[in-house]
This record gives sequence, C-alpha cells and structure tokens, in this order.
Amino acid sequence: MEKNEKIIELVNLTRQYEDGVVAVDNVNLYVRKGEFITFLGPSGCGKTTTLRMIAGFDKPTSGKILLNGKDISELPPNKRPINTVFQRYALFPHMNVFDNIAFGLKMKRLKVTYEDENGKQFDKIEKLKKWEIAEKVEKALKMVDLEGFEKRSISTLSGGQQQRVAIARAIINEPQILLLDEPLGALDLKMRKDMQLELKALHDNIGITFIYVTHDQEEALTMSDTIVVMKDGVIQQIGTPTDIYNEPKNSFVADFIGESNIFSGTMTGDKKVRFIGHTFDCVDDFPKNEKVDVVVRPEDVFLMDEDKGQVKGVITSSIFKGVHYEMVMTVGKTEVVIQNTVERKVGEKVSIYIRPDDIHIMEKEFSSNKYDGYITKKNTVCFADGEFDCDVTQLYPGSFVDEEGYLITPDGDKIDLTDVDVSVEVGLKDIEISDDADAGGAVGNIVSMIYKGDHYQLIVRTDENEEDFVFDTEDTWNENDRVSVIIPKEKIKLTLKKEIKR
Amino acid sequence: MIKKILSWLFLALILCFMYVPILVLIVYSFTDSTIIGNWNGFSFNLYVKLFTEERISKMLFNTVSLAIIAAFLSTVLGTLGAIGLYYSKGKFGKCIKGASSISVINAEIVTAISLALVFSLIAFGKTYFSLIIGHMVLCTPFVVLSVTPKLKQMDSSMYEAALDLGASPAKALFKVVLPEILPGIFSGFMLAITLSLDDYIVTAFTKPVTFDTISTYVYNAVKNQAKSELPALRALSAIIFVIMIIVVVVMNIRANKKTEEIR
Repeated sequence: MEKNEKIIELVNLTRQYEDGVVAVDNVNLYVRKGEFITFLGPSGCGKTTTLRMIAGFDKPTSGKILLNGKDISELPPNKRPINTVFQRYALFPHMNVFDNIAFGLKMKRLKVTYEDENGKQFDKIEKLKKWEIAEKVEKALKMVDLEGFEKRSISTLSGGQQQRVAIARAIINEPQILLLDEPLGALDLKMRKDMQLELKALHDNIGITFIYVTHDQEEALTMSDTIVVMKDGVIQQIGTPTDIYNEPKNSFVADFIGESNIFSGTMTGDKKVRFIGHTFDCVDDFPKNEKVDVVVRPEDVFLMDEDKGQVKGVITSSIFKGVHYEMVMTVGKTEVVIQNTVERKVGEKVSIYIRPDDIHIMEKEFSSNKYDGYITKKNTVCFADGEFDCDVTQLYPGSFVDEEGYLITPDGDKIDLTDVDVSVEVGLKDIEISDDADAGGAVGNIVSMIYKGDHYQLIVRTDENEEDFVFDTEDTWNENDRVSVIIPKEKIKLTLKKEIKR
Repeated sequence: MIKKILSWLFLALILCFMYVPILVLIVYSFTDSTIIGNWNGFSFNLYVKLFTEERISKMLFNTVSLAIIAAFLSTVLGTLGAIGLYYSKGKFGKCIKGASSISVINAEIVTAISLALVFSLIAFGKTYFSLIIGHMVLCTPFVVLSVTPKLKQMDSSMYEAALDLGASPAKALFKVVLPEILPGIFSGFMLAITLSLDDYIVTAFTKPVTFDTISTYVYNAVKNQAKSELPALRALSAIIFVIMIIVVVVMNIRANKKTEEIR
C-alpha cells in the first residue's frame, strides 16, 4: 500500500456529554498510514475522548470516523482492528505475563477453508493453535526486551516492565492502528526518556500507525511525525514538531509548546512592533496599530551588558537548570525569561537583544480591553495607571457593601476587598475621553486614530506603563491630544483572579 | 502504671464478657445433664446423640442445605446486580443504587412480615420455595455490598482492555471482570451462608409448617420446655464454634501469607 494513504479520517467529529459539555467539537483530521501522530493538550482538551472514540469506547454525538474509507463509528471495540495501550496499563492481575499477552490471540477466531472427500469446500471457524500462540508471544516479548518473563505474575513487575507487557499485549494482535493513552505518565523521568526512544524505535520497526495522547509537550516533540494541539475540544494547530515549535499559530500553542515569553504588543509601522517599551524590527507584516501577541523563546533572548542591547532591565531570578541558567529580567512590570549558559547574578543590570527572526507575531483577537488591577481601600479599582470607581458587588452575585466598606455575601460572610487582585475588562464602546485632565480615572495621549467607516477607533496610551485604552467613538480628536479616560462605573467588568480565603 | 493496669483489667473484663459464656457452653457440652448448671460427670453422650438422633441430623441437613442453596442463588443474583449497578449511569442508576441498600438497613421483621404477606397473597403459600426466596431476599443485598467495593477497586479500563483485545462483552465479563472480583464474590457467599444459617425471623415467617432449621427448632424446643434433644444442642453449638475458630484462623494465616508475598 502507498505510504501516503489515509488510514483513518475524522469527519466533523463531535462528542457532547449528557451534562451539555462538548468534549470534542467538530474535529476534522486525517492520519496517514504508518504515521506517528500525537494529540497534545492540557487535561480536559478532548484528546483522550477523541482517542476513546477511535478505539470504540465512546460513541460520537455526530460526525464520522472513517477507517480505510469505511465508517466505523458504530462498530464495537472488539470488532475494530485497533488496539490500545492504556494509561494505567489495565493489565489483568489474575493472569501471568504470558496469559496477558496471549489474551488477544486466544480471543481470535480464524475462518479456515477445508475440502472434504467429495472435493467440496467448507469453512470452519478455528482458534489459533497453542504452539502458534506460544511462538507469537515469545516474539512479542523479545520485541519489548522481556524474554523469560512468561511465568511472572503482574504484581511482581516494575512500572516499566508492566508498560512493556501492555505494549506487547497490544501489538501482538497486529492492529492497523495502535492507540497510546499517556502510556508513560506513571514512569519516572529517566525511564520515561528511555521508553520514548524505545517507542519511537518500535514504531519504525513494525511500521504500524501510532496515535499517541499526551499532555507532555517534550514527549510529543521527541517522538511524533505530526502533532495535533488541542484545547477545549478544538484543534488549535496541526503540524510537524518543528513547525509547531517555530511557527505557533496562536498564543495558546506558543505557551503550551516549550517555554515562551508572550507579550502584548502593538504594530507601530511597517514590520515594526512595540512591546516591553521598545520598538523592535520584525519579519511579520501586520497593519499599523494592530494589537498583537508577540512570542519570543527564552533561548532566543540574548543577554548583554547594560548599554549594549535594546531593552534595559534587572535580573530578578536565576535558576540553574543543568545545561543552562534560566534567568528572569524585569523591565518595569514585565518579566522576560531568558535561557543562557552564562549566568548573570540577581540584581545585575543588563540589557537584552532579540533578532527580528526570533520575534513571532500572532494575531490577537481584540474585542475588549483587558487589564490586571486591584481593589483599593475605598472599593475603587486601580488599573492601567489609573483609578476608577467600580461596582465591587459583581464579584459575588447577590452581595452588598456595608457602611464600613466590607462586602457582605449572600451567605453572610464579611469580606475585606482591599488589595485583592482582579481582572478588569472594558468594552470598546464603554470608554469616553475628555480634555479635562481631572475628569477621568487615567490620563494619556492619543497615539492612534483610525477611521473605521462610521466611527473612529482611538488608542489612548498612558505615560507610566504605556497601557493602552482602545475604544470606538464618533467624535474627531487629534493625535497627540492629552486626554483623560472616563469609564462609567457599571461598564467596568471585574472578575477575581483567585478565590478569596475567608 | 495504674493506668496501664486499669486498661489491662478493662480489656480482660470485656473479653470475659464476650467469651466466658461460650467457654461455659463448651464445658457443659461434655456432660449429659438436662438442666444447665448440673454436672453429671464427664461424658461424650451429647456428641454421640448429636450424630445418632435422626431428628437432629435431619434438621442439621435442612439448615445446611438451605444455607448453601440460598447463598449460591443470592451470590449469583447479587454479583450480577452489583455489576449491573456499577456500570449503570445517569439518574436512574443512582436511584437504583440508593434503593439497593435499603434492604440492608431495613428491620428484618419488616422484611419477614412483608414476605409472608406476599406469599399468602399469591396463593402458593409457605413452601420450601418460599423459604428459599425469603433467604435470598435476606442475603442478596449483602452480596451486592461485598462485591461492589471490589468492582470499585478494579481498574475500570480493564473491561475496556478486554473488549479492545477482541473479547465479546460476555467473554470480557467471564474472563476478566469475574476473576478480578472473585474474592468479593467469595466473601459475599460466606456472608450469605452465615446469614442464612442462623436466621430465625425470616425462616419462621416463610417456612412450611413441618420444616425446621436449627434456629426454629431451638426456639420451639425452648418454648415447649425440656425436649430430650435439647442438651444435644450444646454439643452442636460447641462444634459450630470450633469450626468457626478454625475457619477464622486459617483465613488469617492465608491473608498474612499473601501480604508477605506481595512485599
């Protein structure tokens, strides 16, 4: 068969649970024959559910699973030419190693055609012969380096050995596809690294298609031909490990794959992007003043003496990681993670340099202004270099503020909100500006004004931390006007960063 | 020091309270006096009587055979029930799970009277059949209770693994799930046997008139005073006690061996 043939294809695959949660949301994907493909994502991203649907343990709510072009979504698991290596191995403890591995073969029934004396042909359903089974088990044990373990009971095996038995038990049935559900999760680090290489070698040897599920990005990068990054049941990106590492499609993928610095930036000109207080040259082309996510890998940040680089900062932490030091340089309120083999001490003043090639710019979905803030003693909220009146009762539905300024929840708990960290969200239509510097909560300059057909989109930038307020208005202003920002109390949306301890 | 002595004393007192009556019983099983408290000299007469008196051996056979049949049937029913409950999902499953434990906490007398009522309603009255049904009603919930934890301990992907390797659902059940929960099934069976062996209330309400088990027989004997077989029951009780001791000791030794092996 051709190497590029699609062995399995998921078409609009969706799985919705009874409680309404959509675990897998309209996934479209194909796997080529002989490929090592990895579903990667945090727990609850739908990767295991997808695997379970391919194995047949879970039925899709809608959509199709095509195996060699035929829909198998209604086929029970025991009728599918697919085998699974389970997360906690799921070996049968009451059987020894031999019986565990031979289980699949013992279940197998073959149709054998015989000829009787009259030359008439007839079919007989037969079990595999005992010697055939023994021979195959021996071969499988050899493949996973467990020769001589036939009679051992499962409970006497180490985690790594159990892992091997589980793999042998699955591949002995010569499945068309082998599914592996986080098979290395229970092993220690060194064992895991060894098994990664062994699994890869096994895949190359037997040539069957591997579908692997993991939340460990390093595992995925080491072993896979193709990686499928998932989040909330939706595929974020499909690509080779190099593609996914070097050209992440969005900030989630960048954050999940490898260490990365993700900054909010603004395009300031033709292939120029501004973040952490400096305008960098870059290679990606985005419209001017567009809000973007900027990803820089820690190993791509060059450390220099204080006056030589692009941005100055202070080293605030340094951890030895074996091959390199992982250092954090703080610029204003932003942290930049740097990996370098030369250590700079904590407190040292340094600067960094980032090459245009190493700055990856990704589109940011911009529908509202988001800030980090905190609640003051007066129950106002501080964010974006300003202080605004707000409605703190929205943090707890049904609560109210008493005369002393404490928040009383519906359960009768009394909460002091002073210095509580909150996420602040303000819509694009909820900001007004005024010439009167004292009228609003924050002051800044208009840095951009773009005509959008029937209204202008303005950006007001504050002086201190260069925070931006983006909003729509029908009035005309001039760039570089100094204005104050007014946000109505009820338009400031607050959410707690973490639950307050009472 | 005083605290230590007191704590030992307390322990001794409790142990006496629990075991002295049994010891007295065993001692008095070696004398053939009809009135408890009288010592007519040492003899094995009661033991001889136990195995020669036809009434006693028949009643013994009744009790044991009833226990084994009822325990076997309840074990089959209870195991299937536990598996069904374990894999049942949704609101309906939850309801059934809750309902299945009601009969455990329900007062036995309620169970007995309701059973008697049902059997007299559906015409066939009190027969050996109704007695077995009664004992099954009594034992099955306990089998479910002892099998369920084993199911919960079992790696839930084991059943799926069997299916994955090509076993049909029935094969997966018999080759993988059942062997895995066998200890639970066995202890459920033992529990059912003991429950059935010494049950009086349900037996009394569901048994045919001419049929007697040890417990109903003893009760009647005590009620009607001084039957000649009554002293022989001391010997029977002593034998049952000794068998129980042996079973417990053997089981403990086996359990210890197993834990050592695992280490």
